Amino acid sequence: MSDKEELVGFRVHTMEYQTKVTKKYANRKAWQAPDPNEIKSYIPGTIIKINVKVGDKVKEGESLLVLEAMKMQNQIAMPFDGTVKEICVKEGDKIPKNELMVVIEE
Amino acid sequence: MSLKKHILDLRKRKEKVEMGGGEKAIEKQVAMGKMTARERILAILDQDSFTEYDLFVEHEAKDFGMDKKQLHGDGVIIGTGTIYGAPICVFAQDFTVAGGSLGLMHARKITKIMDHALKMRVPLIGINDSGGARIQEGVNSLAGYGEIFYRNTIASGVIPQISVILGPCAGGAVYSPALTDFVFVVDNISKMFITGPGVIKTVLGEEISMEELGGARVHAETTGNAHFFANSEQECFEQIKKLITFIPWNNSKKAKEFPPKEPLYKGNIEDLIPSDPRNPYDVRDVIKGIVDDGDFFEIQELFAANIVIGFGRLNGQTIGFVANQPMVLAGVLDCDSSDKAARFIRYCDSFNIPIVTLEDMPGYLPGADQEHAGVIRHGAKVLYAYSEATVPKITVILRKAYGGGYIAMNSRHLGADFMFAWPTAEIAVMGPEGAANIIFKKEIDAAENPEEMRKLKVQEYREKFANPYVAAAKGYIDSVIEPNETRNILLHALEVSEGKDIVHPDKKHGIPPF
Repeated sequence: MSDKEELVGFRVHTMEYQTKVTKKYANRKAWQAPDPNEIKSYIPGTIIKINVKVGDKVKEGESLLVLEAMKMQNQIAMPFDGTVKEICVKEGDKIPKNELMVVIEE
Repeated sequence: MSLKKHILDLRKRKEKVEMGGGEKAIEKQVAMGKMTARERILAILDQDSFTEYDLFVEHEAKDFGMDKKQLHGDGVIIGTGTIYGAPICVFAQDFTVAGGSLGLMHARKITKIMDHALKMRVPLIGINDSGGARIQEGVNSLAGYGEIFYRNTIASGVIPQISVILGPCAGGAVYSPALTDFVFVVDNISKMFITGPGVIKTVLGEEISMEELGGARVHAETTGNAHFFANSEQECFEQIKKLITFIPWNNSKKAKEFPPKEPLYKGNIEDLIPSDPRNPYDVRDVIKGIVDDGDFFEIQELFAANIVIGFGRLNGQTIGFVANQPMVLAGVLDCDSSDKAARFIRYCDSFNIPIVTLEDMPGYLPGADQEHAGVIRHGAKVLYAYSEATVPKITVILRKAYGGGYIAMNSRHLGADFMFAWPTAEIAVMGPEGAANIIFKKEIDAAENPEEMRKLKVQEYREKFANPYVAAAKGYIDSVIEPNETRNILLHALEVSEGKDIVHPDKKHGIPPF
């Protein structure tokens, strides 16, 4: 615990302290504002079916795709009237949480 | 049969059952680098003190060909013994018998020794080494787990409960250790998780090894589930024995008193810390400089290292220490360190162990990740635990005590019995820079040279407020003391707190921000 070279400047409010940082702190993710045009998976799972293709005009509430997770088939619905710009997954894909699935635009 | 024959028959029966799963299974256990369940119990307990019960218990399962299988002791050993003379109840799952899987009778044995421990008010040590529920016994094994969890909960805060993870402990099984006071893990041997790597791969496509998912290091460093990390089983057993010397047998007793010893450190305590509040030091050096024989027994050393918790002795009496660690994250409170401290404070309070808090911290950790992770409710646990605790509570402010941190770290306002501060203490609503920027904003903005004015005002604020005397003038601090006086004044404070008795309103229980 005495290696001087591991010390870094660490700001808390208005003061900067010399200290070490934990692995957890070093690996934390900076916050990003969500983009309403990006449909991301809210749970990890498998893409069972894709109901749209690029260029489709889709109404609010219509199903874009089915994401199966924990034995439940979740309909991923269009959040507003718009167009499908890009589909980033294919049927059968196993995806983690927060994976970009579809890009849409109004 | 003659009497002699009866005795020989008993010996033969015992010998057979004591072999657990038999030679081959034992060879396998050894090949995995593990001791057998029986060896473990004997290594933890005082020599010749172990007495076993339920040796001849057998399972009653009939389905899936189980009726033809004999499982010695049903895969678990239970009994009583002593550690340095302290009575102990113990169970150890035997991985050599059907993978230590938990069936109905296996669970019955565990709950029997748990009931015994609670009734006799003695510590319970559980050694976990099990593949999980015995699938052939279906819902009976689930019932078994539930009955164990119930007892863990009822015994919580009454008798010390210690869990030792010496093999797999997966699925529902993990919740018994999680409900106990202290969890011990050993590198490369302990594995704890709710869902194993196999299922995670099938369902999510994520590949992760058992070690990376729930190995000893993960639980000691990242999750905080484990309190003690060891490199070998033997080292782990030494840790358990040492812990037992610091804690009482139950919540109506005090920890055993040891002969008083002077600290090993003979230098000046103030030489251990830099005077510039921005420079770090290891607060454990200060604790070791104060406690008997320099012997500080740290808990959760690798988890949330920005706060330090553990036991030491002052004139032979066990004390729980809570200290901000300026060496890591400047000693801030965050979600993890709040959890860690709050739980320890509640442990000490349950088991009549006075708490000494050493404070040097700049406040709560700022950041979207912390706010979103719930630093409000986690941080509140520290306030709750300190306020609720009725054991003697003494605080020494070493350097910084800013803002919410000042309140949280066992302040007078949360019921501290004694508040001491070193002359280096800075007790203020925030650091001098921040405070001066707000209070003197007009003067700074209007100045010809704002930077010069800012420096001037920061200096002015620092001289006036960044010290212990403003708080001392209000009586929030009882004494400003020289660092070298710390041990003696703590000894005195403890001496006069011996008969502390405060009574809170009757209630079933509070609702802490879990």
